[in-house]
Amino acid sequence: MPKDHGIGASSKRREDVRFLTGTGNYTDDINVHGQLYVHFLRSDVAHGRINKVDTAAASEMPGVVRVFTGADFEGVGSIPCGWQVTDRFGEVMQEPPHPVLAQGKVRHVGDPIAAVVAESLSQARDAAEAIEFDIDELPAVVDMKEALKDGAPKVHDDLKNNLCYDWGFVEENREAVDKAIKEAAHVTTLELVNNRLVANPMEPRVAVGDYNRANDESTLYTTSQNPHVIRLLMGAFVLGIPEHKLRVIAPDVGGGFGTKIFHYAEEAFCTFAARQLARPVKWTSTRSEAFMSDAHGRDHVTKIELALDKDNNFTALRTDTYANMGAYLSTFAPSVPTWLHGTLMAGNYKTPLIYVNVKAVFTNTVPVDAYRGAGRPEATFQLERVVDKAARELGVDPIALRRQNFISEFPYATPVAVEYDTGDYTATMDKLEEIADIAGFAARRKESEAKGKLRGLGVNCYIEACGIAPSNLVGQLGARAGLYESATVRVNATGSISVMTGSHSHGQGHETAFPQVVAEMLGIPEDQIDIVHGDTARTPMGMGTYGSRSLAVGGSAMVRATEKIINKAKKIASHLMEASEADIELKDGQFTVAGTDKSVAWGDVTLAAYVPHNYPLEDIEPGLEETAFYDPSNFTYPSGAYACEVELDPDTGKVTVERFSAADDFGNIINPMIVSGQVHGGIAQGVGQALMENCVYDENGQLLSASYMDYAMPRADDVPFYSVDHSCVTPCTHNPLGVKGCGEAGAIGSPPAVINAVVDALQSGGHDVTHIDMPASPSRVWAAMNG
Amino acid sequence: MAKVEMTVNGKTVSGEVEGRTLLSDFIRGGLQLTGTHVGCDTSQCGACVVHVNGQAVKSCTMFAAEAEGAEVTTIEGIGGNDGSLSTVQQAFQDYHGLQCGFCTPGMVMSATALLKDNPKPTEAEIREYLEGNICRCTGYHNIVKAIMAASGQDVGAIAAE
Repeated sequence: MPKDHGIGASSKRREDVRFLTGTGNYTDDINVHGQLYVHFLRSDVAHGRINKVDTAAASEMPGVVRVFTGADFEGVGSIPCGWQVTDRFGEVMQEPPHPVLAQGKVRHVGDPIAAVVAESLSQARDAAEAIEFDIDELPAVVDMKEALKDGAPKVHDDLKNNLCYDWGFVEENREAVDKAIKEAAHVTTLELVNNRLVANPMEPRVAVGDYNRANDESTLYTTSQNPHVIRLLMGAFVLGIPEHKLRVIAPDVGGGFGTKIFHYAEEAFCTFAARQLARPVKWTSTRSEAFMSDAHGRDHVTKIELALDKDNNFTALRTDTYANMGAYLSTFAPSVPTWLHGTLMAGNYKTPLIYVNVKAVFTNTVPVDAYRGAGRPEATFQLERVVDKAARELGVDPIALRRQNFISEFPYATPVAVEYDTGDYTATMDKLEEIADIAGFAARRKESEAKGKLRGLGVNCYIEACGIAPSNLVGQLGARAGLYESATVRVNATGSISVMTGSHSHGQGHETAFPQVVAEMLGIPEDQIDIVHGDTARTPMGMGTYGSRSLAVGGSAMVRATEKIINKAKKIASHLMEASEADIELKDGQFTVAGTDKSVAWGDVTLAAYVPHNYPLEDIEPGLEETAFYDPSNFTYPSGAYACEVELDPDTGKVTVERFSAADDFGNIINPMIVSGQVHGGIAQGVGQALMENCVYDENGQLLSASYMDYAMPRADDVPFYSVDHSCVTPCTHNPLGVKGCGEAGAIGSPPAVINAVVDALQSGGHDVTHIDMPASPSRVWAAMNG
Repeated sequence: MAKVEMTVNGKTVSGEVEGRTLLSDFIRGGLQLTGTHVGCDTSQCGACVVHVNGQAVKSCTMFAAEAEGAEVTTIEGIGGNDGSLSTVQQAFQDYHGLQCGFCTPGMVMSATALLKDNPKPTEAEIREYLEGNICRCTGYHNIVKAIMAASGQDVGAIAAE
């Protein structure tokens, strides 16, 4: 029987009722009395020198309160970058300033030139059209390799060139890897593109800045995955507001997928302008603005080489990647192609020698940063594509080649500096073969061929590093923040509980799943426990939600705080029952004395804590509230095996996903329903990347895919029902819940499965195609078939 | 500015609007019914779907003035007066058909309109009908499943977990 409450139960989500009845509280639903509206005038050229921005006429327009330009931000801090990468020569990366409003130059389409603040949004928009500006358009750099050539236009005049860093990992392995590849029995080489994507949470970004002059307090309502991080970055580095005078609230947030981690100029602008004008200032992004101002994702160009011995054992791996940073360094951008990518290049395989080179490049495009998976999808795609290509070159079964090279003993220290604690890659592959009915594929291919279609099967594995991250380790790697998480468990007098967590829920269901954990530990009903999140004034300092870290790190902090609660409650119970503390047991919400029939209920103990008439005041304080900060000792390593079956219409090149199966090992699972939902969503995003989505710039830096008319989002009829399984469980050994994280797996594991399937389909039709770049759109597939 | 009057969720409402005011802006800003969401500016995402005279309509594609005299139902008016959930709303909760909740009002309004016209839609019919509603969280799996369940179909056999 499945459990109906506590850990392991598919408890229905309590947050759903407000979302289903239109009573959610998203940032754009917040209107502060007396608020003004801002409209940003954005650059329509990719690169240009600003000669003049004349706001005189606009300032006289009806309803306009003030027009701001870059000059108003002289002396205000730069939008900071949160990670400093050191290159392979020991030099720190080139790090340009990022002003709130453009100063001197515009560097990408969408770079804000001026901001009009007015009584209504339409007045602000009308007035923006009256701003007179004179910008000399300069040649733009869009292609990364072109950007690195001598004499290429510089995105930032004060930097040496457009190279942010040239990173080597592990640099000491470089020569050994070169030698192993030279001496290998077989080398498979693949050049590929990991296409630029736009995260596109359905809720566009919004910021509302408010200021109370009487007590000098600023409040920012914002669509963020991590309000404390925004408070830290904006308060300390941009505006110089101390934490106790700055409150950041991220209420209901309509999806994040990484792009709402970062601190954005619009947040700083609204906070700054509200202080200048002593009135609230609101900005709501349009979708078109989102395409040119939300940080993009992926955008790697890679050459990968896999060396094998005569028995098809992997002997070495070398990969060279160009990673697009865009025009400025977004909050975590430098970490994505390096530490979140290079450290995953071992994948599920015992390849002994690995070398990763990454050149990060500035271009005249929107900044690029973490998008669901962040570095790990890029690692997985290239590795699983090159392994598949190797199998086809060698004429061996792609699944068998993978199985032969699987890591099978744990813990396992990879040659790229991480230690996998647990996993069972054979088990997940076995499970995948079962749920995907790999054995039945040949018959299904025949059916497709009878209809004049080609059918392909693609299989791959993945591993990821989640639960970001041990603070002392990431500090050595260049992080400018700690990556612990926090929780306060506040037990009220009558026994109900509020858990204040530093994690943030923007679709993941924390309000349901987190109480399941505390309820299990205390043996009280889930509905006695509420979660508080998303407000720096109501929660302890926390780092927020990304990198599949909420349960592994935030959940662990909550467990530690709850353990402190239990310890104190047992002391109180021992006093009430006049028994030794060591004999007190807690089960089903009752404290008992071992070996006796004495008991007191949870509520009696909590009441005693707040009405301490009969209470050991000489030994312990009254009250029952505990806080814990949890810093993980390692990453967690979810893994799995995915299979995709596509049908390909040779007349049109159209690919349809007919079946998609995922077998994941997420460690222990709190709410299986929520976990399945996370995988479903990730798969759709991966299928979208593989077949549909593409963020396209022309050679002048014009963004050609800036709306849903041009950027192909996956829709309901682009995907099938999925088959997902997470019954293979190897618990994480180093966090108290044994959990690994599940938020990004679907998006990491699915793109190579789709492309492997497309290549398989094409080859089954006799086409000599060994690779096709994402998205495998009908035109690309047709071109691949027809030369 | 012109006066517009319509019936929204059974109540007569009125307001002053500009000619360019969209119905979605009037519902959100004028009436403070913030359950209707705006997720794009090209009438693609469907987060703003409401019912106008019984038809599912993207409220960003209509001017408020065009709804003069119309019967409008928004997500706030689709459940029972006692706060109970409609069959479709309940199925979305039961089958985890939502995550961040932003597309959800539009999804529920579209699904409700679909089931009115087609009480037992096939999976393919549901997927085609939802072409105009984008969800970034669920991968659509549990949305389609919820709508099939709301129409009384046995989803246990159809949609593998």
